[in-house]
Amino acid sequence: MIGHVLVVGASLSGLRLAEQLRGLGHTGPITIAGAETRMPYNRPPLSKDVLTGDDDETALVQSLSFRLRPSLDDVTWKLGATAVACDLTLREVSFADGSTLSYDALAITTGLSPRRVPLPGGEKDRYVLRTLDGALALRARLVAGARLAVIGAGFIGCEVAASARKRGLAVTMIETFEAPMQRAIGLTAGQAMQALHRSEGIDFRLRAKIAGFIDRGDGHLDGIRLESGEVIACDLAVEAVGSTANTQWLAGNGLDLSDGVLCDNAMRVEGRADVVAAGDIARFPNLFADEVPRRIEHWTIPGFTAKRAAESLIKEMVQGSFAPVPAFWSDQHGLRLQSYGSPSLGDASELLEGSLCPGDMRRQGAALGYRRAGRMIGVVLIGLPAGRLAHYRNLVEVGRET
Amino acid sequence: MKICVDLVRCQLHGQCAIAAPKLFSFGEDGKLQWVEQVDESARREAEEAADVCPEQAITIED
Repeated sequence: MIGHVLVVGASLSGLRLAEQLRGLGHTGPITIAGAETRMPYNRPPLSKDVLTGDDDETALVQSLSFRLRPSLDDVTWKLGATAVACDLTLREVSFADGSTLSYDALAITTGLSPRRVPLPGGEKDRYVLRTLDGALALRARLVAGARLAVIGAGFIGCEVAASARKRGLAVTMIETFEAPMQRAIGLTAGQAMQALHRSEGIDFRLRAKIAGFIDRGDGHLDGIRLESGEVIACDLAVEAVGSTANTQWLAGNGLDLSDGVLCDNAMRVEGRADVVAAGDIARFPNLFADEVPRRIEHWTIPGFTAKRAAESLIKEMVQGSFAPVPAFWSDQHGLRLQSYGSPSLGDASELLEGSLCPGDMRRQGAALGYRRAGRMIGVVLIGLPAGRLAHYRNLVEVGRET
Repeated sequence: MKICVDLVRCQLHGQCAIAAPKLFSFGEDGKLQWVEQVDESARREAEEAADVCPEQAITIED
């Protein structure tokens, strides 16, 4: 018996972890604490449907909230409670309101916070996207004709740009790399996606670094100065420059918190039997790729890691090696991008189907394969029907065994 | 038990067909096909498909 399980992070991973504990027969008390005041909800629509749609907050909460299984009826929810400290020896977590909770087993699912551009100026017009409240605040500013600068052309930046363009804003993307989403899908696919964005009227400043935010003198933004000296005039900016793991509350316990929480392949935190982590915050060796611990910010990972972590808490020994295949998707300008495996770990890519030329890509779609030392480690499908994913998924599976 | 898919919510991501290939698949026409009536032995697979659906469009009715 593991007694009271405290899940810190009322996120997708926190929810799934609690469900799995109940599914594995844990009948003891479970508490789920979360910094937000909302029950766990689905975040991917925040940069897409939430920004392009007109549903009010009540309707959005209803459509985004995860359904709760009856097995969680007796879970205690402690919402609006930010964990600020933790003592792994005393088995106690402290919260910002001064309260404390003790536990027999701890699950860490506090996820990420958006990184900010560490330069002052124009703070009243600078936004980040991670929460529903953040998305609603940004949406209120997405008025046709306004000028938006998106800093960072990763997936969230590209989705926000496409959504804002749909609402009729003038959009400029500022990115340090050579192409949007380059780290995740490589230069070739990134450039193909850039061409798609450009055909929809989005401007790019690539290999560009920000020198400063130009403030009107009242906290509002006048523009963004690049290191080249160019000034991008804008009414608002979205900072989409990656995320940092919410590990501050775990400091002082001697853990490796250099990038998320270091876990073993059983999602145990540095071998502890009573502490696990799951989701975006967990840095673990995924044997699908290799033995290097990495954080994976993909939607399917919370579910997989939560399940593994719950098993590790319930069972003394977990069976087999844990090698979940990452998957993610993105919707931009009406085209679906699907990824399976780890394209970012590839050292070469090849076109497997279709065309990357603008226009042709929209009509025929495209599939790219990513190889690492010859092994197919990931595929990216752009504008292809879901039924094709199964075919390409099998190419990646085969790669694992060779 | 019965597997229900809200086809208004469904955006054809296909994650269900990866998680539970015996229950979910795509037809020649690209449409989602699924087994509606399943017995208790398929519960775990069905729940996994429901969990991984990015649009949370799958529900299981007892």
